[in-house]
Amino acid sequence: MKNSEDIFKIAGKAFTSRLLLGTGKFGAHKDMQSAIEQSATELVTVALKRVDSMKKEDDLLHYIDRQKVQLLPNTSGARTAKEAIFAAKLAREALETNWLKLEIHPDPKYLMPDPIETLKATEALAKEGFIILPYIHADPVLCKRLEDVGTSAVMPLGSPIGTNKGLKTATFLEIIIEQSKVPVIVDAGIGCPSDAAKAMEMGAHAVLVNTAIAVATDPSSMAEAFKWSVKAGRMAFTSGLGAISASAEASSPLTGFLND
Amino acid sequence: MSSFIHTFEQFNWEVVQQRINDTNAKAVENALRKPKRNLQDFMALLSPQAMPYLEEMAQLSHKITQGRFGKTIQLFAPVYVSNECQNICTYCGFSFTNHIPRKTLTEEELLREVKVLKDLGFQHILIVSGEANYTVNIRYFSKAVALLKAYFANISIEVQPLEQDEYEQLAQLGVHAVLVYQETYQRATYKSYHPKGKKSNFNYRLETPDRIGRAGIHKMGLGVLLGLSDWRTDSFFCALHLDYLQKTYWKSKYAVSFPRMRPAEGIDWSGAVMSDRELVQLICAYRLWNSDLELSLSTRESERFRDHAVKLGVTSMSAGSKTNPGGYASDQGSLEQFSIDDNRSPAEVSQMIAATGYDPVWKDWEFMEES
Repeated sequence: MKNSEDIFKIAGKAFTSRLLLGTGKFGAHKDMQSAIEQSATELVTVALKRVDSMKKEDDLLHYIDRQKVQLLPNTSGARTAKEAIFAAKLAREALETNWLKLEIHPDPKYLMPDPIETLKATEALAKEGFIILPYIHADPVLCKRLEDVGTSAVMPLGSPIGTNKGLKTATFLEIIIEQSKVPVIVDAGIGCPSDAAKAMEMGAHAVLVNTAIAVATDPSSMAEAFKWSVKAGRMAFTSGLGAISASAEASSPLTGFLND
Repeated sequence: MSSFIHTFEQFNWEVVQQRINDTNAKAVENALRKPKRNLQDFMALLSPQAMPYLEEMAQLSHKITQGRFGKTIQLFAPVYVSNECQNICTYCGFSFTNHIPRKTLTEEELLREVKVLKDLGFQHILIVSGEANYTVNIRYFSKAVALLKAYFANISIEVQPLEQDEYEQLAQLGVHAVLVYQETYQRATYKSYHPKGKKSNFNYRLETPDRIGRAGIHKMGLGVLLGLSDWRTDSFFCALHLDYLQKTYWKSKYAVSFPRMRPAEGIDWSGAVMSDRELVQLICAYRLWNSDLELSLSTRESERFRDHAVKLGVTSMSAGSKTNPGGYASDQGSLEQFSIDDNRSPAEVSQMIAATGYDPVWKDWEFMEES
């Protein structure tokens, strides 16, 4: 496959970048703005709870160019399907988009997503025409169940949010990627560009990064580093990575006799 | 029904105090090296023996906090709705025995406060009152919350301990967080500072967070009055309380505040003031033990201390606070609960936070239920 043909689509919409950027945790709005530019992302998440529609000048949204990026409101703070559905509708009104990153974490400690409530909310919101990208555990069965009820992508976690621990769930991510009919976007835990490259080499369709860029000493150049790592990882994947062999191939101790 | 009392009674104040003081350098170093720390490590980190490691603790705290909360500081304002109080807390400006003008805000007066606070930019507010159960009770709070909800994104309350059904009612009205400080976990000291009134019931107060948890409130805030008793031992008990609560009411978020006792006019207290160095140690110890606790610092603290605290692990700050009912809309009237040290305006505090490289967050909540 040529890289020029390698288009990333969610719900029929094409994106040239496979890097999604979270907008929380930046020390200043202008840092977030330059990280968006340098990362070349076309999909950015925004927490509905952080948006103040009354405050036009200084608000987060003022720093995001909606001509260039698709806004992906998230339901951060919702603990149940009911709250998430309510938040989703508020977000659709306030931000004028039916795209939604569904986050339901009843556990404020590790922000672990609730699979049962997430499935319920996805089903209800898909019926209302939302394009849903749910944040979930790296649970292959849940991914298939979400597909069944109309999810537009799945966003399994690499490790807990904000921990920068990398792809602790790699074994399950591989299964999800193998089985999925919708794009798989690895979310949470990606601590450095090499983690992002690893996820892309594995065959993930995209990754979402926030903390690693937002709290870097230079968020803007870290965003660029992630841009290249995502590109490199994807290119390696589409170019056909050589399989890693456990032993040297020169001798065949068990079947060598067949050649004699 | 389970409550914290059971856990609490398994610990003896003097034994805990002794263990903290007996900590050795090795225990501190071990605690610093671990990727995850338990209550024993917390004990080591708040011991006097951890003081030589303060810079290392601060750097770890800074890193952990940025990982979990990013470069952000939330801003909020307290709204004192009443200074009527039937309790005798000998260290408090609102104490029943203090002969000061008493005031409970009417709806119109509350609306005047709202206007000023909105103009200042606030979206998160904290309702504060004394304890006057006949006049400032669940009916009063419900009305106030219903009124304030139309103007603010996030409402917390810091009032007298209530019953579970009353907390449920407040949760339904949209109250996000409830703050109740035990003041001190040392029974005898508690009794001597709270000789009369409903507050003198130590166990009822101790079980309040259980009632808040059962009512399903999103967040609760705990704390001790640092200096009322030995702050190290008290802080261990507060952490023990948080640990129990986090395991029992796992859907709630937790916050800790750091009110330091200071001598002041009309206040009967003469203990040792906790030093700046000690307060930094405590903030860092909490953060190293528990990465997701919200740590809050009020305007009781000085400009200089608050400026530096931004990077030490604190996640929320009040700004431009008035601690007398009606204090935002008018300068005169009833007495303050405590005096403010950081007198800067909210805009100035916000600028300070931005200049430190942090995003001052005015809004970080949205009511997610139809009411």
